[in-house]
Amino acid sequence: MDPTALYESFKALEDPGFWQEAYMKFYNAWFYEDRWVTYFQGLLTTVEVTVIALILGVILGVVVATIRTAHDQQRLGRRNPVLGVVNLFCKIYVTVIRGTPMMVQLMIMGFVIFKSSRNFTMVGALSLGINSGAYVAEIIRGGLMSLDPGQSEAGRSLGLGYLDTMRFIVIPQAFKAILPSLGNEFITLLKDTSLISVIAGKEIVYFAKSIVTKTYEAMYPYVITAIMYLILVLIFSWLQGKLERRLRQSDRR
Amino acid sequence: MKKLLTLALAMLMVLSLAACGSSGTTEPSANSATSTEEGAEATDITTVEPGKLILATNCQFPPYEMVADGEGVYQGYEGIDIELATIIAEKLGLELQIDDMDFDSSLLAVQEGRSDILLAGLTYTEERDEVMDFTTKYATGVQVVIVKEGSDVTMDNLGEKLVGTQRGTTGYQYASAAPEDGGFGEDHVLAYDNGATAVQALVNGQVDAVIIDEAPAEQYVAANDGLTILPTAWVEEDYCIAVDEGNTALLDAVQAILDEMQADGTLDAIIAKYISAD
Repeated sequence: MDPTALYESFKALEDPGFWQEAYMKFYNAWFYEDRWVTYFQGLLTTVEVTVIALILGVILGVVVATIRTAHDQQRLGRRNPVLGVVNLFCKIYVTVIRGTPMMVQLMIMGFVIFKSSRNFTMVGALSLGINSGAYVAEIIRGGLMSLDPGQSEAGRSLGLGYLDTMRFIVIPQAFKAILPSLGNEFITLLKDTSLISVIAGKEIVYFAKSIVTKTYEAMYPYVITAIMYLILVLIFSWLQGKLERRLRQSDRR
Repeated sequence: MKKLLTLALAMLMVLSLAACGSSGTTEPSANSATSTEEGAEATDITTVEPGKLILATNCQFPPYEMVADGEGVYQGYEGIDIELATIIAEKLGLELQIDDMDFDSSLLAVQEGRSDILLAGLTYTEERDEVMDFTTKYATGVQVVIVKEGSDVTMDNLGEKLVGTQRGTTGYQYASAAPEDGGFGEDHVLAYDNGATAVQALVNGQVDAVIIDEAPAEQYVAANDGLTILPTAWVEEDYCIAVDEGNTALLDAVQAILDEMQADGTLDAIIAKYISAD
């Protein structure tokens, strides 16, 4: 049956029952004046912001983690002064980003640093990416440092260069170890995109909030939002699970 | 197995406790607040918490309600609505409690039984009347457009520009409506959590204009250099007090007090205290 006709028939009722009332509220939050389109518009922005922030976060994270690990794993008495300076900057970056709330960072980015920009989505993606980078860096650093030094020593003894040792011996093992926490971080990032509504970034929460202000009914818009995020996260963790299984194939033979 | 059982039992207990808690708070307790001074009119009023009048408002809306710099009129807040609420609570013999929240949340607070009364420079609209009960108007609100001085924005080309608004206000609702309904469409409108943020965005140049109620607009323009209000008003509307739909006893009592204040000039005095007539 056509949802609009059903809604009209319920609306004409003198005393609608519980389920009829519930349907009318849902209709107002979803079908009325094609409101569902705006949720998907928001979903698109959410995915866009997540992807941009993810790429930015991974690039930043890898760079910072490499610098930090290279610095920390130098042999005693043979410290590279240039590396020391760069390492200091990386340390400050990680400290500041991890030590301040995501929402405050967003507001500083949106209303102070990029105060003349009108591309709120990109400002949001940029701040989320910078935020995520700090966490990813620490995760990757943890993975690289956790590996027994004997592994890279063995690689070097076999005649592999530093980069080759990294590429064939250290990174494959470290990556497998950090994958769960990396997945965790990406899920957090995905959900943090909901915060960009404070700088007027038009993602799902922004549209849900505006529908609430029009219908004066909070339940359905927010539940629909929650379900949309849940589905996104489920897809994401399914992909992560597949990757983990694939990487485990070489574990025991 | 034993561990699982204990865990399940513990969960059950927690849940049952939670159930008790929610049923206790969500249902407005059917307590009749007995007034000591006024007597008659306040005997059969139901409030969310017995003996308390909980006011939902958004204290970033000068001069109707704002966070005071010092003591303020009541609990660190001040403004026309706050003074009104103080008098209403006093006459009803109830203790006033101010719940400061986002404007869009305050709209929901009353109808969901978290607050008793809503004074937030609230405009009467038909949609809102379906979910809340309104008193008669106590002030006239005018929606105006703030722009930067010397900008080319006028009433006529507003639709081609980017307009900032406060989420949940009538300004937002009218502006974000589809063009065929007299609005500008979602693409030309941005909703901020409060008016101050919208004005900040205007100062930054992130939006071209801000649509907001006149009284706060004047304060924002006074506080920020280089802003001006367009001479023509955008929409004119009525400010009313709202209570939960169906709470007629409270509505009647509030209405009686409002009428009384209108008659003896208290209301005008309060408004004149905050808005200088010109």
